[in-house]
Amino acid sequence: MRIKLEKRHEPSLAMLVATPIASVILTMLIGIVVFDLLGINGFEAVVDIFLSPLLYSYKWQDVALKAAPLIIIALGLSMGNRAQVWNIGAEGQYVIGALCCAGMGIAFGQTGGFLVVLLMIAAGIVGGGLWAAVPAWLRTKYNVNEILSSLMLTYVSFQVLGYLVGGPWKDPNGRNFPATAPLADAQTLPVWPESTVHLGVLVALILPFVFWVIMARSEFGYQVRVVGSSATAARHGGFDSKRTIWATMIIGGAMAGLAGGLEFAGVLHKIDLGFASGYGFTAIIVAFLGRLNPFGCLIAGIVLAVTYVGGQMAQTSVHIPNSTAGIFQAMMLFFILASDILVRYRIRLIPSAKAAGV
Amino acid sequence: MGIDFIIAAIITVVGLTTPILLAGLGELVVEKSGVLNLGVEGMMLVGAISGFAVTVYTFNPWFGVLGAAAGGALASLLFAVLVLQLNSNQVATGLALTIFGTGISSLMGLSFTGRIVMPFASVFPDALAKHEYLRLIFGYSPIVYFALIMVPLTTWFLKSTRAGLILRAVGENDLSAHSIGYSVIKVRYAAIAFGGAMAGIGGCYFSMVITPMWAEKMTAGRGWIALALVVFAGWRTGRLLTGAYFFGILMALELYAKASGFSFLPSQFWAAMPYAMTVVALSFISSRGTAGANAPACLGKPFLPST
Amino acid sequence: MTMISRRTLFKGAGAATLATLASPALAEDKVKVGFIFLGPIGDYGWTWAHNKGREAVEAELGDKVETIYVENVAEDASAIPVLRDLAQQGCKLIFTTSFGYMDQTLEVAAEFPDVKFEHCTGYKRSDNVATYNSRFHEGRAVLGTIAGKMTKSGVVGYLGSFKIPEVVLGVNSFALSAQKQNPAVVVKVLMIDSWFDPPKEAAATETLINLGCDLVTTHTDSPAPLQVLEQKGLFGFGQGADMSAFAPNAHLTAIEDIWGPYYIERTKAILEGTWTSTDTWDGMIDGEVVISPYSAAVTADAAAAADSVKAGYMDGSFNIFTGPIYDQDGVERVKAGEVMGLGDLATMDWFVKGVESAA
Repeated sequence: MRIKLEKRHEPSLAMLVATPIASVILTMLIGIVVFDLLGINGFEAVVDIFLSPLLYSYKWQDVALKAAPLIIIALGLSMGNRAQVWNIGAEGQYVIGALCCAGMGIAFGQTGGFLVVLLMIAAGIVGGGLWAAVPAWLRTKYNVNEILSSLMLTYVSFQVLGYLVGGPWKDPNGRNFPATAPLADAQTLPVWPESTVHLGVLVALILPFVFWVIMARSEFGYQVRVVGSSATAARHGGFDSKRTIWATMIIGGAMAGLAGGLEFAGVLHKIDLGFASGYGFTAIIVAFLGRLNPFGCLIAGIVLAVTYVGGQMAQTSVHIPNSTAGIFQAMMLFFILASDILVRYRIRLIPSAKAAGV
Repeated sequence: MGIDFIIAAIITVVGLTTPILLAGLGELVVEKSGVLNLGVEGMMLVGAISGFAVTVYTFNPWFGVLGAAAGGALASLLFAVLVLQLNSNQVATGLALTIFGTGISSLMGLSFTGRIVMPFASVFPDALAKHEYLRLIFGYSPIVYFALIMVPLTTWFLKSTRAGLILRAVGENDLSAHSIGYSVIKVRYAAIAFGGAMAGIGGCYFSMVITPMWAEKMTAGRGWIALALVVFAGWRTGRLLTGAYFFGILMALELYAKASGFSFLPSQFWAAMPYAMTVVALSFISSRGTAGANAPACLGKPFLPST
Repeated sequence: MTMISRRTLFKGAGAATLATLASPALAEDKVKVGFIFLGPIGDYGWTWAHNKGREAVEAELGDKVETIYVENVAEDASAIPVLRDLAQQGCKLIFTTSFGYMDQTLEVAAEFPDVKFEHCTGYKRSDNVATYNSRFHEGRAVLGTIAGKMTKSGVVGYLGSFKIPEVVLGVNSFALSAQKQNPAVVVKVLMIDSWFDPPKEAAATETLINLGCDLVTTHTDSPAPLQVLEQKGLFGFGQGADMSAFAPNAHLTAIEDIWGPYYIERTKAILEGTWTSTDTWDGMIDGEVVISPYSAAVTADAAAAADSVKAGYMDGSFNIFTGPIYDQDGVERVKAGEVMGLGDLATMDWFVKGVESAA
């Protein structure tokens, strides 16, 4: 018996939608069994991790805050991935974006207001974009693998952050703790009354539509898809693949920078050594979970945020250790990645007489 | 500042270098076969807890090392099945492996926190291992010698054996290797498992040698340095060795400079150096084009035979 | 309460359902006390000690209380939903046990005026946020005394995380105490920019040893330095908890953080309705800083000197931060006979004479 893969002409739409849902359900089922084996009430744990954050309306804002940066970063990354550009340094671009946003805020001192906040967010976008431009430049000029260069630059960015918050930007009234001074109220993002939901959540809800229009309706979106499908086709179509690399890398970085700026100006209001909390890496998972589709990213971002919030709830309710939430996320991703094959290929089982050479 | 001082400093450097050398060697072979496994950090953590746990139960560090290798290899097989059998994206799968390894190792480690084992120190008699000068040669854990032996062994394997040739061919051009009749999948399975085992052993160097205990996330990001190291070395085993020691010296220099009261450069500068230099080295390697570079052409790309 | 906004109503309803979901048999009169921890409770250091304090509350107050905790909470925005969650689950008192939760604690506290918060090692308070800390430096004075008596090279190492007041106080207290026993003692300080990085802590310890230190004390969280000292046949001290299990020979004694009494006192205040926002900085005299039993390696005269420092702190007759105190450049910063107040200590950012450090 041999498994044979047949490439589909078009990715299967049914599978595209069905497999992520199946992955989540499968993860839940396995979770119930595994937890029971570990002596924890599996059903309650899984309900807490996957459903409680959705069932209780007062948890929605936590989910929204967690989902917003994931969605925004994943949108940018999935556009790059569509063009076969693999930026995995979003975490670093997120950090640099936040630092630029903070730097702009510091430059204005205590002055705030709409324009200043706008400039701060713009600085975040530009900073993230520029940090991503380095791997783009290295790739187009020297043919440097952007996976490796963007990853390395992420670790450089952590040190930039460490240097700034422990040195020049250290809060003079902060008792020497390595952190920036808290942002002046006038420099923070507007927040929905009676909640902690900031403007960035709205941005995260609007951007999927923008990206969908770009990808599905614009010339540029077409170009991205063609370059991604094959370099030869792109040449025949008269598209410059270098330009696409530049554009998608920078957009990816700009989105990560935007997310970093929003997180800084909307939620944290200061930068310390714990600022980089993995959104940039998790967003890669979100992009895949969302099948590189803008609306998919929106839903996947929410799903991941639910497991984060739920994982923490489950710690207090059924006392699962914190590490298990990570195992769940990895498991979900494993399933989704495994099922990817069903989207692109048809699987045939062929009875065979000892496959030759394999 | 005498010879004694230099010997002690070298011993510190060896301690800092060995784990990244081991994990780096493994990852080099994986990448040479055309696969990019970003899960090194996760595999190291699984190796660290597996090695520690086996040592606790068997009181035998040699079994511990075997356990660490097995743990790392098992974790890597999860990655291998997805990437090779199901053609999943290597970058995302590798990241998932790191998340998974971090989670599973802390879950496994819950019952091991607070316990210790005897450090897996030098097996030579104290007259050699603790001798004022000879300790420079005899004063290390067997894992250190293992790492050093693996460097020429891996070089020999990749350069001079048929299997090594096939492995490189698979990494260079999987489709033509396949058309000549080599099993791309099997070769890559073996490479990935080797990489996992080496990362596992690298991980257990933390939990069994440097600090014979288990603590969550105790590898503290060394897996990512190992990844940088492979690239920094330009996928050459010899340079991997010098690169690993170069990184180790950088890490030690930071500590020595600070402890001696020097602060001419912020410590973040030192910490960023390995990564920044890797980017620079990578640019040099890549700019010379594929002909001069040792970078496997198929790195990170899925194997998609047309038939 | 006359004004109940829709949101608070919702919140209450949700919390009630959740509470039932979490523990169906919960009696309504039990007071819930929440804790958030930075590390895993099995870290054998900082978080471990706080969790011991939580267990002490349960042991002391029995079925009058229920405690819940969340471990591994990052010091970033994700602490906010965790805190909110604890409040929504009905906690009346919440301990946030790391400095990095400071602003998050204040933010959530503002949303839940009826819930009391206690932030460890911070300095920002509000009507329902109190702060508490330990005078760890009193313990450092005991360790420094032992170190001063026992060092042969006259050079001792101090492995630290960041140059924050808590660590600076520890260094200075340690150095001044060691110098009281041996005026020539030099303390080499090495900050590793992290609270927890076992391989780096180990390498840093080796570095200090190679630079001449025959004794190293640590102000980072893992037992890694002690294990290095054990392998080298040298001495050191445990941090936060008795770590002798990790290094039976090297471990001379340890500073133990005992949070139980404070946690019990504050929980009682909630039960009795007498809680107010305070700033507590307890020390040895209150039983919050405890010195572990000395190991056999501690010499008799070192033990005697250490005991007298301990006794001085227990009856309030001794304070290591009594002038004259000179800084690294030899400038007199505290005049003879003057005693530094808690306010000055809380913001101390300079090292005393005899401390060697980078910047």
